[in-house]
Amino acid sequence: MNSKLARAFESLGAYIQMILKVIWITIRRPPQFSLVRDQMYEVGVMSLPVVAITGFSTGMVLAAQSFFQLSDKGLASATGLMVSKAMIVELGPVLTAFMVTGRVGASMCAELGTMRVTEQIDALRSMAVDPLRYLIAPRFIAGTAMLPILTIFSSIMGIIGGYMIAVDYYGMASNAFLDPLPIHITVFDCISGVVKGLVFGIIIVTISCFRGMTTKGGAAGVGRATTNSVVICYSVILIINFLLTLALNSSYDYINEFISRWFWA
Amino acid sequence: MTDQEKPKKSLNLETAVSRLIIVRDLWKAYDNGKVQVLMGLDLDIFEGETLVILGRSGVGKSVLLRQIIGIETPDKGFIEVDGKRISDLSMYQRFNATRSMGMLFQGAALFDSMDVGENVAFYLRQHHRELSEKEIQRRVVEALNMVDLKNVERKMPSDLSGGMRKRVALARVAIYLPKILLYDEPTTGLDPITAMQINGLINKTKKELKTTSIVVTHDIRSAMEVGDRIAFHDKGKIVQIAPKDEFFQIEDPRLQAFFENAILTHKSLGAR
Repeated sequence: MNSKLARAFESLGAYIQMILKVIWITIRRPPQFSLVRDQMYEVGVMSLPVVAITGFSTGMVLAAQSFFQLSDKGLASATGLMVSKAMIVELGPVLTAFMVTGRVGASMCAELGTMRVTEQIDALRSMAVDPLRYLIAPRFIAGTAMLPILTIFSSIMGIIGGYMIAVDYYGMASNAFLDPLPIHITVFDCISGVVKGLVFGIIIVTISCFRGMTTKGGAAGVGRATTNSVVICYSVILIINFLLTLALNSSYDYINEFISRWFWA
Repeated sequence: MTDQEKPKKSLNLETAVSRLIIVRDLWKAYDNGKVQVLMGLDLDIFEGETLVILGRSGVGKSVLLRQIIGIETPDKGFIEVDGKRISDLSMYQRFNATRSMGMLFQGAALFDSMDVGENVAFYLRQHHRELSEKEIQRRVVEALNMVDLKNVERKMPSDLSGGMRKRVALARVAIYLPKILLYDEPTTGLDPITAMQINGLINKTKKELKTTSIVVTHDIRSAMEVGDRIAFHDKGKIVQIAPKDEFFQIEDPRLQAFFENAILTHKSLGAR
C-alpha cells in the first residue's frame, strides 16, 4: 500500500516536472512552426465534426427536455436561456473536453507509447533531438490554443441545435428564445467557458503525453497506458470542472470589476 | 588478478592509438536500486577500431551503449567521449557533445509516421537547416545507396522487411557522417544471409566513413566478422577484452560457458 502511494506521488512529481519543462521549452526554445501547425490541424480542425455533432445533439436534447418539462409550468420562455447558459458555462467545455480526450488524447498517448516501446524516442535523443521540444511542446501549444476555440464552437452548435428544436419543432417564438440571451448571458459566462476549455486542453494534452512517454511493456503496455490516460483525463476533467466552477463563481465580483474596468471603461 | 584489472592491462598494450571513449567505474541500477545492471564497468575504446561487446541477454550491454550516447546518465562513474566528460553535462550540452555519434537500435527504431526518405533526411532537417532540399535529397539517395537500397524513399517503414529496416536505420545515421557508431544487436532476429549482409555493411560503413564502432551482440559469428577487439560483458562488468585473434584462446570458465551455450543454441536451431 505504502509503495503504491509512493509510486503515485513519484508519478505526480514527474508529471508536474514534465509540465514545467514543457512550459520552459515552449517559452525559451519554441518548437518548429510546422510541427505546431500540424498538431493544431489534428487537434482543432479534425475534431470539428465530432465536437459539432456532440454540441448540436446536446443542445437539441436540452431544448426538448426544457421545453417539455417547463411548458406546463408556464416557464417555456426560459428554454433559450437555459440551453445557452448550460452550453456556454458547463456542457460546452466538459463535452468538448470528453470528445477531444477520446479522439485526440487517446491517439496521442498510443502514438507516443508506441514510439517509446519501439525505441523511437531514444532514437530522437540519439540524434540530439529533445523529445519534449519535438513531440510534446507542439501538442501542448496546439491543445492549449484549440480547446477554447472548440469549446466556443461546441457551445454555438448547442445553441443552434436548441433553437431549431424549440422554434422549429415546438413552435416557440424566435424572439422568445433569442431576446433573453444578450441580457442574461454575461461576459463572465463566456470567460468561464473559455477558461475551462483552456484548462481542460492543458489537462488532456499533458496527461496523455505523460502516460505515452512513460509507457512500458510492449503492445499490451501501450493499450494499458491508453485506457489509463483516458480514464484519468475524464476523472480529472470532472474534478477540476467542479473546482473551477467554485473558484470562478467565488471570484465573480473581481472578474466583473476587471471586465468593466478594462473592457467597458 | 581481479576481473577489473584484466581489461586494463590488455588496453595498456595499445598506446600508439588515442583513446576516443573512456568509461570508468560505471554504475547503473533500475527500479529504485533493486535491479543493478552496471557494476563498476571500465572500458576504453580506441580511435578507428571496432569493439564488439559479447554477453548474454540482460547483462547490461545495451545499457552501456545508451550511457555512452547520453540517452541515460550513470548513477556513478563517468564517460569521456573525445575529451568531453558527457556524463556530467546537462541534456542540451550532452546533445552538442554527442552530435558526432550515431546509434543503430535493435529494432531499427524508424519513425513510423515518416516514409524512408523522411527518416533518412531527419537529422539534416533538424540540424542543418542551411541545406537546400536538392542537397538533402542528394544525400538521402547517397546514404541509401551506401546501404545497397534503391528507390525505397517513398516506402513506409511498415512495408519493409527486418533487414531492410536495419539498413534504412544505418542510412539514417550514416547521412550525417558520425565519428562514432554504436550498434545494438545489429543481427538479432535476422536470417543468416541477411545477418551476413548487415555485418558486411558494418565493415563497409567503417571503411567509408572511418568511424569508431562499438557493436553489442550475442552473435559470435558477427563478432568474428566485424570486430577488431572483442570484450566479454558479464554481471555488469567487462571481464575479458582482447584482440579478435587472441580472444578465443582465453581460458575463462564464464567465456567457455557462453561459447558452449551459443553452440548448443545454434545446433538446436539447426535441428528444427
